[in-house]
Amino acid sequence: MAAMTPLLTTRDLRKSYGGLRAVDGVDFAIVPGEIRAVIGPNGAGKTTFVSLICGRVPPTSGQIVFDGNDITDLPAHDRVRRGIAYTFQITSVFSNLTAYDNVALPVQRTLTDGRSKGRLHAGVMSALERTGLADRADTVAGALSYGHQRLLEVAMGLALRPRLLILDEPTQGLSDGEIEGFMQLVREIARDATVLLIEHNMQVVMGLADRITVMNTGKILAEGTPEQIRANAEVQRAYLGTEA
Amino acid sequence: MSPGNSPKKVYLLHAAVIAVLFALNFMLPEYHHGVLARVMVLAVFAMGYNILFGYSGLLSLGHAMFFSAGLYGAGLTVSHLGWGMAAGFAAGIASGALLALVIGVLALRTTGVAFMIVTMMFAQVFYLLTLYFAEWTRGDEGFVLAQQARRIDLGDLHFNLTDPATRYMAALALFSVVLLATLAIVRSAHGRVLVAIRENEERTRMLGYDTFANKLAAVVVSGVICAAAGAAYALLFGYVGSTFATVQYSILPLLWVLLGGAATTLGPLVGTLFMFYVVDITSGYTSAYLLIVGVALILLVLYFPKGILGTVRERWIKWLP
Repeated sequence: MAAMTPLLTTRDLRKSYGGLRAVDGVDFAIVPGEIRAVIGPNGAGKTTFVSLICGRVPPTSGQIVFDGNDITDLPAHDRVRRGIAYTFQITSVFSNLTAYDNVALPVQRTLTDGRSKGRLHAGVMSALERTGLADRADTVAGALSYGHQRLLEVAMGLALRPRLLILDEPTQGLSDGEIEGFMQLVREIARDATVLLIEHNMQVVMGLADRITVMNTGKILAEGTPEQIRANAEVQRAYLGTEA
Repeated sequence: MSPGNSPKKVYLLHAAVIAVLFALNFMLPEYHHGVLARVMVLAVFAMGYNILFGYSGLLSLGHAMFFSAGLYGAGLTVSHLGWGMAAGFAAGIASGALLALVIGVLALRTTGVAFMIVTMMFAQVFYLLTLYFAEWTRGDEGFVLAQQARRIDLGDLHFNLTDPATRYMAALALFSVVLLATLAIVRSAHGRVLVAIRENEERTRMLGYDTFANKLAAVVVSGVICAAAGAAYALLFGYVGSTFATVQYSILPLLWVLLGGAATTLGPLVGTLFMFYVVDITSGYTSAYLLIVGVALILLVLYFPKGILGTVRERWIKWLP
């Protein structure tokens, strides 16, 4: 894996809010096809870190390189068009639109950009089918159950045909049964996309991730395979201590 | 917009509305005939406003300036430069497009309440300019377009816009074009993006859309439609005055759209028609007609909170666009 060119690299990435260093000099790389989990206690800077990557938040300093190009100064919508998709931590589907229209938005984007071909309808239905929502296409998103709304959020991410899919706490609030199905879905997605996952549920992290990055106080505390992270004494102290 | 919607029914409904308006030309008594011609032009103004407010979720309090840009663009070129009707109409639309582009670039740097205030401020500037250049605009008093100028000659065909039937048909033609254009926009991919911006701009951005560019396009389309209404108003009714640039004419389209149903294609017509006749009928009975208008509006808000067609869509006819 070390020999592969990374899909995404950050160099000395920083973000400060006043005196608070939310992200503090992060050097990070993820290789194509990987499932990477980012974990860490609350306030460790995980969401800020991925927000810098997808462009929702501008960095204070540092550099972000995606697929060999410096994207540090690109606006968020341009990054999405290059293949970085972000699914929100707090479900933010368009609750007054149907599930169909929610997914039609990203599909028509990829059609306009020439990143996908074919008809809008086929693209929408394929994303809905992959997430098991096809029979709810005409349901208004706000009327879907919470679990289905989370799936719809993922369907929208999928429909963007991302090369890097960022999932911000995707299993939060899901039942155990739903989590099982969700892990299955992420494994399937990872067959043709790289997945960056922020997650609190250790069972999901250990079950899915190829590698884990542990953040604490805006810095990377440790990085390695699930086994290495589990065995890391520093990580246990900072984070797993209470759960181990 | 999803496949469950019935495009056939939608097109039939809009064709039927246009057909009814066409038939009314031959049936209405003189007074109501004149009223409806005026209402159709003002409904075009409301439809333009609806594109921005109803579908894109941007509340402007300055649309009088786009209507007036059309009004003056057409009126001034016809009366001072001696341009023909068609050229004057085009000048009105071009003025609106240019103004909307400039105002859009500036005002869209703000959102929410600030956007309302900035648009209102620009409209106020426009209004004051119409007073300042009174040498040409004749300010408050305004000016009348000469009867003989309001003619269109197409080879052997002669249209006299002072003739009620011709005027009605010209208003209907503009109304129909704008209604069908609105329907096309709303059902297009771009329309879906506008609604998405209204619902959640940040999410739309994170789906790869340049929301600023999309909102600017909406401002320009809206400005052009409102300017077309203004230009038509000047040419059909022959009067151009700064009253149309006052804040009242920025509030009215908002009211018409809210009454008829924001984000419904036919709502602007329903709202404009309703408001016109409520004022018309009540003022026939009492000088305190604004009181009755107020009560009518309160009842509407209570029982039709989403406007007449908005509530009809919510409760009964789900496929209304």
